[in-house]
Amino acid sequence: MALRGDWMYENNGGTCVAIAGIDYCVVAADTRLSVGYNILTRDHSKICSLADKVVLASSGFQGDIRALHKNLAARHLLYQHQHNKQMSCPAMGQLLSNTLYYKRFFPYYAFNVLGGLDNEGKGCVFTYDAVGSYERVGYSAQGSGSSLIMPVLDNQLKSPSPLLLPARDAVTPLSETEAVDLVKDVFASATERDIYTGDKLEIVVINASGIKREYLELRKD
Amino acid sequence: MELQLSMVDGSVCMKDSAKSEISSERTLYPYVTGTSIIGMKYKDGVILASDTAGSYGSTLRYKSVERIKQVGDHTLIGASGEISDFQEIMRYLDELILYDKMWDDGNSLGPKEVHNYLNRIMYNRRNKFNPLWNSLVLGGVKKGQKYLGTVNMIGTHYEDDHLATGFGNHLARPILRSEWREDLTFEEAVKLIEKCLLVLLYRDRSSINKFQIAKITDEGTTIFPPYALKTFWGFSHFQNPSKGAAGTW
Repeated sequence: MALRGDWMYENNGGTCVAIAGIDYCVVAADTRLSVGYNILTRDHSKICSLADKVVLASSGFQGDIRALHKNLAARHLLYQHQHNKQMSCPAMGQLLSNTLYYKRFFPYYAFNVLGGLDNEGKGCVFTYDAVGSYERVGYSAQGSGSSLIMPVLDNQLKSPSPLLLPARDAVTPLSETEAVDLVKDVFASATERDIYTGDKLEIVVINASGIKREYLELRKD
Repeated sequence: MELQLSMVDGSVCMKDSAKSEISSERTLYPYVTGTSIIGMKYKDGVILASDTAGSYGSTLRYKSVERIKQVGDHTLIGASGEISDFQEIMRYLDELILYDKMWDDGNSLGPKEVHNYLNRIMYNRRNKFNPLWNSLVLGGVKKGQKYLGTVNMIGTHYEDDHLATGFGNHLARPILRSEWREDLTFEEAVKLIEKCLLVLLYRDRSSINKFQIAKITDEGTTIFPPYALKTFWGFSHFQNPSKGAAGTW
């Protein structure tokens, strides 16, 4: 049994979303941990504060996610010791990509969204696949409910095409409260139709004054 | 017969339809297994419960297996899955606690620390394709803080107010979700756990009517001697079950 296939992975479900604003970033994830048709626990955070201005949300296999978060946190500590400053969001973005690709042939089963403020204080969201391919975007959703949420975000946030010249900003002009409301709405909708999303929503907002956390109850069925 | 290249260690071996023979040095499947563990927090601390069965496939081979053990002063661990791997885990943990004691610095490892240590062990063994085939429940109290966590063979871990492994997840958790409260007394907690154990006894074929309950509070640990629960089989459906059956069925 241990010799073949996929016993070493499991999908613990859940959805993560991040939206970048002019001077803030919203990162949100539900707190349900599931296996198959079972709910293991209703109160498990998928979000990790890596640095002052960097927050990572991951969904997928919880064992790998925890190891990945610990790995990055340790690397950040080393960076701080070596450079006497916090890592910026784009720097952490590259580090995460490299960490994921390092395990290209035994991947971290983790679907990540990295959110924070870049060096100019603007909202910054990076979205990843399991092996490290990444891109800076204005907003993203990953995880079991991503296919339910992404189209709604596309519709509401009307991000300009990345093919346009001159390049246009992908961050949304919405205010912080409007973005948080949008996040609450999309999660409420995803909870209706995705069995792996629900229980509670954890919303983290990063802006110039720091990191703020907020919770919203979701349907528990 | 065909040759198969192992991606893991580069070894080449003959593959036949029944099983591969890459290496005899890793856990392939469990042999002697324990079934569910149930754990829950109550007012003064944490309770763990299990039966004392060690099954060898479908045979109930061992009937006095202690699947709940003490780890240091502040933690209890309950294991389901491969019993020999649990014994290995106990060796890791006993060594951990010993080294901690040898520092003699007035500090002692609490349940959170032990849980973290176990998480890393389980995850790293999984990474080497040689898992410890267990689902573990760790409960403890340190300085008034109650802790209850679980970790399984691939490294998935979480904490909650009540936990179970294996069949307990299906049968006991729903009961606990409905009836657990923060302020259960010890007697109430035992009654609730016995309700769960009874359901498992009726419905899990690998369980036996010999249970062990262990509790841990700030005052200390108690692992109670095994005892049996009263069962009821007098349902009319069980009397003369083949009454009304036509033919050989």
